[in-house]
Amino acid sequence: MFYIYCPYCGEHREEEEFHNQGQAHIERPADPDSCSDEEWGNYMFFRKNPRGLHHEIWVHAAGCRKFFNVTRHTVTYEIKEVYKMGEQPKVVAE
Amino acid sequence: MSEVNNEAVTVSVMNQLPDASIQGESPLFHADLASVAKKGPKTGGVTFKEEALMGQITLRLNAENADQLSAAEKALGVALPTQPLTSVVEGDVSVRWISPDEWLVVVPGLKAFEVETALHAELSGHYQVVNISGGWTIYKLSGANVVDVLKKSTIVDVHPSKFPVGKVVTTTFAKSGAIIRRSGESEFELVVRRSFADYLWLWIQDASREYGLVVQA
Amino acid sequence: MSQKNRLQNGGRIDRSQPLTFTYNGKKFEGFAGDTLASALLANGVDIIGRSFKYSRPRGIVAAGAEEPNAIMQLGATEATQVPNVRATQQELFSGLVSGSTNGWPSVDNDVMGLVGKFGGKMMPPGFYYKTFMYPQSMWETYEKVIRKAAGLGRSPNEYDPDIYDKVNQHADVVVVGAGPSGLIAALTAARGGARVIIADEQNEFGGSLLSSKESIDGKAAHAWIADVVKELEANDNVMVLPRSTVNGYHDHNFLTIHERLTDHIADRAPNGQVRQRYHRVRTKWVILATGAHERPLVFGNNDVPGCMVANAISTYINRYGVVPGKELVLMTTNDNAYHTAIDWHDAGRKVQAIVDTRQNPEGELVKAARDRGITVIAGSAVIDVHGGKRVNGVSVASINEDGSKITGSVKKLSADTVASSGGWSPVIHLSCHTGSKPVWNEDVLGFLPGKTVQKQLTAGAINGTFNTAGAFEEGKKAGLEALSNLDLNAVEVAIPATIDVKESKAMALFHVPHTKPTSQAPKQFVDYQNDVTAAGIELACREGFESIEHVKRYTAMGFGTDQGKLGNINGMAVAAKILNKSIPETGTTIFRPNYTPITFGAIAGRDCGALFDPERYSAMHKWHLEHGAKFEDVGQWKRPWYFPKAGESMQQSLDRECLATRESIGILDASTLGKIDIQGKDAREFLGRIYSNAWAKLPVGKCRYGLMLKEDGMVFDDGVTSCLAENHFLMTTTSGGAATVLNWLELYHQTEWPELEVYFTSVTDHWATMTISGPNSRKLLEELIDSDVDVSKDSFKFMDWKPMTVAGVPARVFRISFTGELSFEINVQANYGMHVWKKLFEHGEKYNLTPYGTETMHILRAEKGFIIAGQDTDGSVHPYDLGMGWAVSMNKPFSFIGKRGMQREDCVRAERKQMVGIKTIDPNVVLPEGAQGVFDPTAPIPMPMVGHVSSSYWSACLGRSVALGFVKGGLDKMGEKVYYPLVDGRIVEAEICSPIFLDPKGERQNV
Repeated sequence: MFYIYCPYCGEHREEEEFHNQGQAHIERPADPDSCSDEEWGNYMFFRKNPRGLHHEIWVHAAGCRKFFNVTRHTVTYEIKEVYKMGEQPKVVAE
Repeated sequence: MSEVNNEAVTVSVMNQLPDASIQGESPLFHADLASVAKKGPKTGGVTFKEEALMGQITLRLNAENADQLSAAEKALGVALPTQPLTSVVEGDVSVRWISPDEWLVVVPGLKAFEVETALHAELSGHYQVVNISGGWTIYKLSGANVVDVLKKSTIVDVHPSKFPVGKVVTTTFAKSGAIIRRSGESEFELVVRRSFADYLWLWIQDASREYGLVVQA
Repeated sequence: MSQKNRLQNGGRIDRSQPLTFTYNGKKFEGFAGDTLASALLANGVDIIGRSFKYSRPRGIVAAGAEEPNAIMQLGATEATQVPNVRATQQELFSGLVSGSTNGWPSVDNDVMGLVGKFGGKMMPPGFYYKTFMYPQSMWETYEKVIRKAAGLGRSPNEYDPDIYDKVNQHADVVVVGAGPSGLIAALTAARGGARVIIADEQNEFGGSLLSSKESIDGKAAHAWIADVVKELEANDNVMVLPRSTVNGYHDHNFLTIHERLTDHIADRAPNGQVRQRYHRVRTKWVILATGAHERPLVFGNNDVPGCMVANAISTYINRYGVVPGKELVLMTTNDNAYHTAIDWHDAGRKVQAIVDTRQNPEGELVKAARDRGITVIAGSAVIDVHGGKRVNGVSVASINEDGSKITGSVKKLSADTVASSGGWSPVIHLSCHTGSKPVWNEDVLGFLPGKTVQKQLTAGAINGTFNTAGAFEEGKKAGLEALSNLDLNAVEVAIPATIDVKESKAMALFHVPHTKPTSQAPKQFVDYQNDVTAAGIELACREGFESIEHVKRYTAMGFGTDQGKLGNINGMAVAAKILNKSIPETGTTIFRPNYTPITFGAIAGRDCGALFDPERYSAMHKWHLEHGAKFEDVGQWKRPWYFPKAGESMQQSLDRECLATRESIGILDASTLGKIDIQGKDAREFLGRIYSNAWAKLPVGKCRYGLMLKEDGMVFDDGVTSCLAENHFLMTTTSGGAATVLNWLELYHQTEWPELEVYFTSVTDHWATMTISGPNSRKLLEELIDSDVDVSKDSFKFMDWKPMTVAGVPARVFRISFTGELSFEINVQANYGMHVWKKLFEHGEKYNLTPYGTETMHILRAEKGFIIAGQDTDGSVHPYDLGMGWAVSMNKPFSFIGKRGMQREDCVRAERKQMVGIKTIDPNVVLPEGAQGVFDPTAPIPMPMVGHVSSSYWSACLGRSVALGFVKGGLDKMGEKVYYPLVDGRIVEAEICSPIFLDPKGERQNV
């Protein structure tokens, strides 16, 4: 049970208000039609599974319904930072 | 039906209420709360009342757009609360912050179309006004044990130091959700979805049982 | 007096309040303040169960949560049965009914007992695996017998009559454990203004102080405790929770606390009261003051009833006024356990000897024992225990300095009770729950909490600080540290005065040697509950299990309901010795939630019965109930499934509903459809990106059906979206998909295309939706609308929508059809849905207006070949697989979601499974949904499967079965045969056909 700071509501809320939406910073290719099958496959299916820092999208599903990014440590489950869509993480793996 | 045209948007707006000869049925209409109130206990730790058939309007706009903020204020007679998790009340209008670009405006049921129209008249640019009056109802919970019932029902911290009068949170309530606003030291308003209204009413009865539940019509 | 072991004076029991209880069918008496265990010991009950594997008689060995043997079945009635209750934690009440968990058919005469008597070779570790693994088909048979013989308790067969509760708590500081360190920590935090919860599993606060004769600030310990509790209870910011076990410590300082409110009062909670509460606590800081458990030593036959942990005996004497025997032998590696011999002696019973494993014991307590005339046999150990159902003597031998071998001859002593102490193990369970690895400490001779990322502090015996003065100091320090971390000001808390007793160094001994090698020595038990012996662990290590986690799994050490609270460290020490490693090198197993067993009732709370899961109702739900609807669950919605009339079977109802709709009018409550109000100048553009078809030119007043795809090209939802105004659309989704679709729209808007000016708001609950369908539906509608509104064929066309007033209520009416009939979908503000619904029936009676539910809806649409997303699609079919290429616009400028995905190599190959109609050759056969098709029914098994039946019904309108399903390359195989071999042996022959069984030109909806 995580305790997650919602950057839009400005306070910590319980995990059950949120949904994880998977790895963050995966940009949809600007021109999908010119992607090879392999490129498109990479975009759709291939995700990181790091032991350590991971950048993820979460949505405050039962609250303000806003999406945001979380940098989370996958071993300790510490949330190192929370940042809005369009922003870049400050805490990154070495 | 009327169509509202202004420079930026074209939307369909209609007065959805029939004339007064047709009675609206709120989500708890079937529970006949008037009879329950008459027959039930007059004292207890928790008091329940359905604020039925209120007008509810979702308002979406850009909080960083001063023109939109002042247009909304003009239409509503009160400035939108732009601080997260806050609310304002002015006369028979209350406004709850829902999200950085979303508010819930609550007015008497018969006033909803008027307010909806006024918002369209004043606002311009990218915004959304949606009458959602039929989709939601309001439960008022009060009494000495109201906090105890809330602690069984919602995961947010309702301690007065963390949840002062006027604060609003959208959160889970039992296995459903609610927009919870503290309207007094021992009084909370829950805006709940119509389809979950019966489940939540059952839940509240069950969770209040050990304190005694008073129903007001 | 039947309570032969009860002292005349002393203890925290009330001798003026006798309580009668039942154990294994026999009546006993105890006192208020007793636990079930102390009352049984007072009555001289030696055997409280049979062991799990060897079925050896077992007695009570401990006095708290660590008890491995006294696991009871409780309950006076069938409905109130509770398994796995530790007698040492169950407070006595009048009328308590208890029984042994293990021991079939009875604890005193056990059929399994024989197995145990043959000794270790009969049932080595892994015995069950090795013996019963083959043939595997027999395992289920073996298992039943083994489980019954082993006896793991049983759950009630009747509905639990009690009320349970879950409560969400928030705190600044949670103090776990209300012993000396926890009490001071809580007092400090509370005085500093923090919101504090202090929880302790026992009925009284005080922890170790309850078991000792210590004085605090010059007065009896319980008087000091009472003062502290009074101050805590008076503070509004403090929640005091006795009888509350902190059972789990989860991520980000989330704790679960199991509070037992009435288990000490009666078999079931008094009327209206909550039996147990499950607190879900989020706290900024946690102070673990969980204390320590004394470790017994591992020696021959150390499980004979009468063998106990030393401190437990002190607890029974000092707290409950019970001396559980007449003649005591104490074996110890440390000074602290001397308290037990002194307590025993002071209670007026005989201490036969203290057997100290150290060569030269000399502390204040050693002296105090000697001063009382107690014999201390130094440099020796109890190597064997004699007796069957109760200890009657021990064998003592001298041992060498490190305790690895016997050095002298064996001497026998008489005794009925053997106390042992190998030191104390800090209770680090909660710390382990967080993933923190325990760290061995050579001074403490135990594992301490390791590094953690949690906001956790520790105080007292959990840190290996076993004396009261030290516990007070650490408690205060933790309290002050918490205050400082919370940015609260420090406060003054006086440390109470205690009398310091100097203890000399303890010896590191876990496994006592025997004259014979361990494998041939009498059984030396490590884990009582799972019957794991030192020899068993040695064998596991010899068989190649070197990792302590593997040893644990192979021997089942620590797998009992007690999680090996007493035995784990000893087990690791035995393994370390045989592996020739140190204990830290061997490592430790860790613990998981829950700390002690918890009832399912507490976990369920009030989420049961009618409140198990929310039931969502439409505005017309009451009408459906009154008209006898059978309901179907669609997501959380309760939707009418069909409306049977008296005496009708389900199929008869469906036939009637289908025919009425096709012949005159049927009506469906479609309120559950997801509805999303979409506004903004880029709404059209957004729709074009999210749907597979084109939206740029849809005129105001028109509706369009769309498919929603995932990026892989596969269909995940569908629905009709209507253009309400130039920048205003109403999207409908499937009933179950409403929330998912809204989240999907927001995901793409917020993360991919924030520049698009569009807003989405759910209006699912706002509109009540009712669909009238059938050739007479226009006539009915015309009766209820204003005469100036024209709904004729030409001015209100198929796929048009219009605002109008229906039965006096403003409505949006959509001329769309899911049945293939002339249909009107009427949407009104939900508070007026019932009014309009009833008016439709008032006017519809003459047309035989017939309500139908989801099942008839499914049949009618299947006759037309319309898909249901989620039934005919499963995330692996794209629009072309469905034969719905008409709903894809490949030349839209923006590469919509799914476009690139469905052009992948695998998506464009021939022979994909494609949706077709399936017409059984025998029209009376209705294929089961899910049936797999084959092209050659004579092919050898496993036959190549070519696709499944996704929808299949009896069609009353067509007088035959209709089915939709997938067939490899099916769209090019019209008229060809496909066969369905069924589970019952039948092979159903069918023909591949168009999915549109009825009105292929679509004339009926266009009238």
